[in-house]
Amino acid sequence: MGHWQRGVWFGFSIALFLIAWELACRLLAIPPFILPPPSAVAIALWELRESLLGLHLWATLKEVLIGLSISIVFGISLAFAMNASRIVERLVYPYIVISQTIPIIALSPVFILWFGYDLSGKIAVTILFTFFPIVVNTYDGLRSTDKDTLNLLKTMGATRGQIFTKLQLPSSLPHFFSGLKVAATYSVAGATIGEWLGASEGLGYFGRRASGNFQAPALFASVLLLSVLGMTLFWLVGRVERHFSPQVKVKKSSNLKN
Amino acid sequence: MRDQLAFAGVRFAYGDQPILDNFDLTVAKGEFVSLIGPSGIGKSTLFQLIAGLLQPQQGEILLGGEAMANRLGQVGYMPQRDLLMPWRTIVENAALPLEIQGISKKEAHARVRSELPQYGLEEWADAYPAQLSGGMRQRVSFLRALLSSSSMMLLDEPFSSLDGITRMDMQEWLMAKWQETGSTMLMITHDIDEAILLADRVIVLTGKPITKPIELRVSINRPRSLVSRNQPGFLALREEIWDLLRSHRSLPSLGREA
Repeated sequence: MGHWQRGVWFGFSIALFLIAWELACRLLAIPPFILPPPSAVAIALWELRESLLGLHLWATLKEVLIGLSISIVFGISLAFAMNASRIVERLVYPYIVISQTIPIIALSPVFILWFGYDLSGKIAVTILFTFFPIVVNTYDGLRSTDKDTLNLLKTMGATRGQIFTKLQLPSSLPHFFSGLKVAATYSVAGATIGEWLGASEGLGYFGRRASGNFQAPALFASVLLLSVLGMTLFWLVGRVERHFSPQVKVKKSSNLKN
Repeated sequence: MRDQLAFAGVRFAYGDQPILDNFDLTVAKGEFVSLIGPSGIGKSTLFQLIAGLLQPQQGEILLGGEAMANRLGQVGYMPQRDLLMPWRTIVENAALPLEIQGISKKEAHARVRSELPQYGLEEWADAYPAQLSGGMRQRVSFLRALLSSSSMMLLDEPFSSLDGITRMDMQEWLMAKWQETGSTMLMITHDIDEAILLADRVIVLTGKPITKPIELRVSINRPRSLVSRNQPGFLALREEIWDLLRSHRSLPSLGREA
């Protein structure tokens, strides 16, 4: 019931927000090229549905999914390698830490320069945005294994491989998933920036073109779709996490009972 | 009677801080021995030596009459915190040592399920640790230690985190389990009553380094219950242990936690 109630309240708050927005635009006579009313955005979304959903959303989705998948594969591999080898850790970890302080957005044109203006360039920028949160969180998760539990497994005669699969891997999962949640939302930003820097399709490209032409309703429509894309990815990661860590589900449901 | 555990002239030091020096200790097969002493004296070091997480710098540690260099997997360890893995169900947690011994998951789980009724946990087989009370979790932890090795069990302040009533229940429960399994048990505790009630012998650890442990035989008839605590023999022993601990509580021995 708590879940259902929260949903109703959320819907109510969104409706209130949209009404206030619509009224503000009409009553204050805000020029539509500055702030279009939600009704105009909805109309733009409907009229442009074929190119927005059929072409541009699909193009961005492709960049996001390919970029994110590559980041997951290589991010996890690098985290595992650092965990397994002291040498790899010593060589690589400082760069991982430093990378957190670099404004990656400034590096994006470099990646476009290297990987080109076609799909591979955008995927490269998406990887740039999503790789580090995955590596850092996964590695921190592997390192944060509870010392006492580690010793307990050793007293049972566990091998290094058993300690890895039975303790390190499962205990690092929550860290990995919180990194993946960050990466999922960053991936949309990465793809959008990749498209800004030069593209012929995608929601980022579409929005920028609409902005240049003062087509505010179309711009807002693309922003809305990008936001929905980010939220959907975030929600999906949450679903996958719950599938892999059943105790999270149990905790939530027993909390509800109380 | 053959000794299940023997320390012969063991020396161990952290850097230049000696913990044990020329230390002798024997525990007979099937005996229950309590270890009591001020905190920081090195009781945990002693357990880590027995379990094989640490190696003596001099002397020998014998298990079942044999000097064993690799004792990992030979001793069942019940830690102070239950250290149940939150992502494993009760069955999966208790089956962990069996899995590590190479027994198939199916067989390991079947064996745990057959044991659970004796622990009053059959209804909780597929629950997660977060759903259990502290006393139940300690019972799972005990079963896990027993399945790890039933011949020699180390209990590290097993009930220190429980409330007073649960704790007394668990003390009676442990006495019954000890008699039922015939295991050799060595228990660390800070509770003088607990030390006496459960044990055949109480060993008082004093000094830095520990050289000659003081041994006190508990000659209260078994089976014992919580009422045994009112017997004159029990009270006299309690006084004696308290005096020993107090007389050795000179300031220099209140050193750093080892």
